[in-house]
Amino acid sequence: MANQAVLDQETFETFHNWRVNRAEYAKQWKKRTGGKIIGYFCTYVPEELLYAAGILPVRILGSHEVQDVTEPHIFAMFCPFCRDCLAQGLKGRFDYLDGITIAQSCLHIRQSFTSWQKHIPVDYNYYLPMPNHVQSPRAAPFLTKELEVFKASLEKWLGRKIDDAAIDDAIEVYNRNRDLLWKVYELRKGDAPPLTGEEAMEMVLSSQMVDKQDHNAALETLLTRLSKRESTRSTGTRLMILGSENDDIEFIRMVELCDATFVTDDHCTGSRYFWNNVKLNGNRLENIAERYIKRVPCPSKDWPQRTRVAHVLELAKTYGIQGAIVMQQKFCDPHEIDTPALIKALNGVGLKTLFLEFDVTVPIGQFKVRVEAFLEMLQEDDLF
Amino acid sequence: MANKAKYKTAPLKCWKKAKELRNKYYEDYAKAHERGGLRWAGGAWTFSAIPSGLGEDVWSLSSEPYGASIAFNKELSLRCLEATEKAGYARDLCAYMRNYWGSIILNEYAFGGPFPKPDFLWQDHICCSHAKWYQVVSDLENGIPHFCIDVAAGPYTEVAPHKIDYLVGQMHDGIEWLEKTTGRKYNDELLIEAVKNEFRSTSTWAEVCVYNKQVPAPLDEKTMYSLYVLGTLNKHDRSTADFYDELRDEVKERVESGIAAIPNERCRLMSDTQPPWGFLSIFRYMEEFGALSVGSLYTFGLIGIWEDKPDGSWGPRTTPMEQGIEIKDRDQALRLYADWSLSKPEWQHFYSPHLKTEMMIRIAKEWHLDGVMLHYNRGCEGLSVGIAENRLGLIEAGFPVMAFEGNMGDEREFDEARVRDRFDAFMETLEVKKD
Repeated sequence: MANQAVLDQETFETFHNWRVNRAEYAKQWKKRTGGKIIGYFCTYVPEELLYAAGILPVRILGSHEVQDVTEPHIFAMFCPFCRDCLAQGLKGRFDYLDGITIAQSCLHIRQSFTSWQKHIPVDYNYYLPMPNHVQSPRAAPFLTKELEVFKASLEKWLGRKIDDAAIDDAIEVYNRNRDLLWKVYELRKGDAPPLTGEEAMEMVLSSQMVDKQDHNAALETLLTRLSKRESTRSTGTRLMILGSENDDIEFIRMVELCDATFVTDDHCTGSRYFWNNVKLNGNRLENIAERYIKRVPCPSKDWPQRTRVAHVLELAKTYGIQGAIVMQQKFCDPHEIDTPALIKALNGVGLKTLFLEFDVTVPIGQFKVRVEAFLEMLQEDDLF
Repeated sequence: MANKAKYKTAPLKCWKKAKELRNKYYEDYAKAHERGGLRWAGGAWTFSAIPSGLGEDVWSLSSEPYGASIAFNKELSLRCLEATEKAGYARDLCAYMRNYWGSIILNEYAFGGPFPKPDFLWQDHICCSHAKWYQVVSDLENGIPHFCIDVAAGPYTEVAPHKIDYLVGQMHDGIEWLEKTTGRKYNDELLIEAVKNEFRSTSTWAEVCVYNKQVPAPLDEKTMYSLYVLGTLNKHDRSTADFYDELRDEVKERVESGIAAIPNERCRLMSDTQPPWGFLSIFRYMEEFGALSVGSLYTFGLIGIWEDKPDGSWGPRTTPMEQGIEIKDRDQALRLYADWSLSKPEWQHFYSPHLKTEMMIRIAKEWHLDGVMLHYNRGCEGLSVGIAENRLGLIEAGFPVMAFEGNMGDEREFDEARVRDRFDAFMETLEVKKD
């Protein structure tokens, strides 16, 4: 058991440390490579292009601390996540960024970008008009053109060309990362998943903060370790979590201390981030565009058909979930509109749901009471 | 602020006609089936000229003005909002959308009778809610064919051929979809006529607004709401284009005759975002101070299409017809239409509050304003986006700003007494006293 304990501690330590010490990692990366770092606000940003340019793309996330610096900049009816992200910039916690970028998604996070543009000077900023009508055949050709413009803008800023070989390498590194993350997620389908939802979240979040080559190496090690890891905890009730942006590790940990395990998710900080690959086939920018058009959509882009519902039901089935926690950032309109349809669909296949509204900080005590009641209800289903 | 000059004032002669056109619009939609025609629903921003190619017996219900009409009726609005909440939808979503959904759930049309179900949905996607609004409408009505055009190609300052292609491609797909959905053959002549009407009505509305640069202003914003609404309902229709010509002529005459909107104008303001529709009386309260709102980016630029004039001022955009362009076919009509629509002022702010601040400062200067009232509107994320940055930008440019929180379509989120108190304080800072 002693070896197992050491293994448990080490298995996810790297990912945890990267997440917690992200600024230190970024500064060391910069020193080591001499490269530039760009912060991005939404996972629709085609990181491959930045990486091909020798840039480290890092996702800007909040800190889950109460703050009072964004009130003059973003009206309080917008989601707490977008305000928390801007607060990090205003507090100087991303002082290592050379630039910022966003791909068009919701109006909420867009404000973090535009306020950052004005009040937190960086050398480079770029707004990518990522199409919203991803179900249209017109979306991919449009995005391909936009990627050409983005690439040209990056080249102008850097003073050098981004060559095809570099793009190929970047695609390979990113596809590899997605493949490895996907392999780890596959392990969560088993009766006794060798990792918790908290660990899975640490793993995916850190992938948005560090060089993918470093992350790939860590994932390779992880997969080897997981193959030997014996779970020392009860899996309990198998849950899915889905909804808005969610990096609330504390919440995930609290739920998993109540004899439950998150075995899958539909979050942009989770499976939605890495679910599909770039398929190289001719024009590289076209291929990258196709990947982002065809990825599991954010609800802001999931129209006119609701494709997310089928995807969520498929996840529920393949991961054998017993219940789902549907969370959303307060005021998150796209998710708020989807929530009734998702709950209805999950209930329709016999899965109960618990809806929770998140803020920058969540009331762990109150949420624990609700989660425990939810789990008791699910366990009663097993009994009767 | 010592100027106590009194001006001549007179009611608008075309006021009654505006009311008649609005009532006819809602009646035409409700009775479309009785007349053997088609009904469709979509947003005020949508490319409403396109369904016109299906025939002259096709009538629409424009979503935002319909939501506002419900909001004006507080009793109905409250029931609609509560019905929507009961169905599981969040209370902080777009208030127009919640009123609209409630009207369907209750099966009550705000203009009498049951809610007239549209035959198809023809929407635009400008904010997070627009396309999804009609996903839910379709759910609530057990399925209605839905087509939506994404206009998110970037601000007009960066317009490029591939961006126009993106919109035009979707429009072409939409026309094929309309033919398939309705079983009707599409008529390009009708499309061209409707597009020309829209160029004319939206440019002329801007011209009407330009006359408000005059001191005293010939129109106040509360009155303008009842006039601009026709552009949000039927901007592609000849009746709207003709009415705006008539209105423009009358407003010109008012300026030439020195007829003011209010007799005691001495403080010129602008508002921002939609007003709280159930509480338009606050505009009358302002008049007690001799204060009037001469308009806003919202009333000027949601429907009006503008351009920089050679003298550096902001004025109505020159229409393709005025430029001598002959529109010969569908593709050309759609290209001109896409370009025209992307230049809409109340669209640029979706990309950057700083672009909106620039336009607001321009209005404040050219319309000779003393201050700005910003409605932090909880009912509309699309027009409230970036509003806090607008406040900072206006203050930096030297314009006094009064911010007040409210909701355009949910009376539970508007505190009238508090807003009046705030307005009193704002007037005091501007050294303006009640008559």
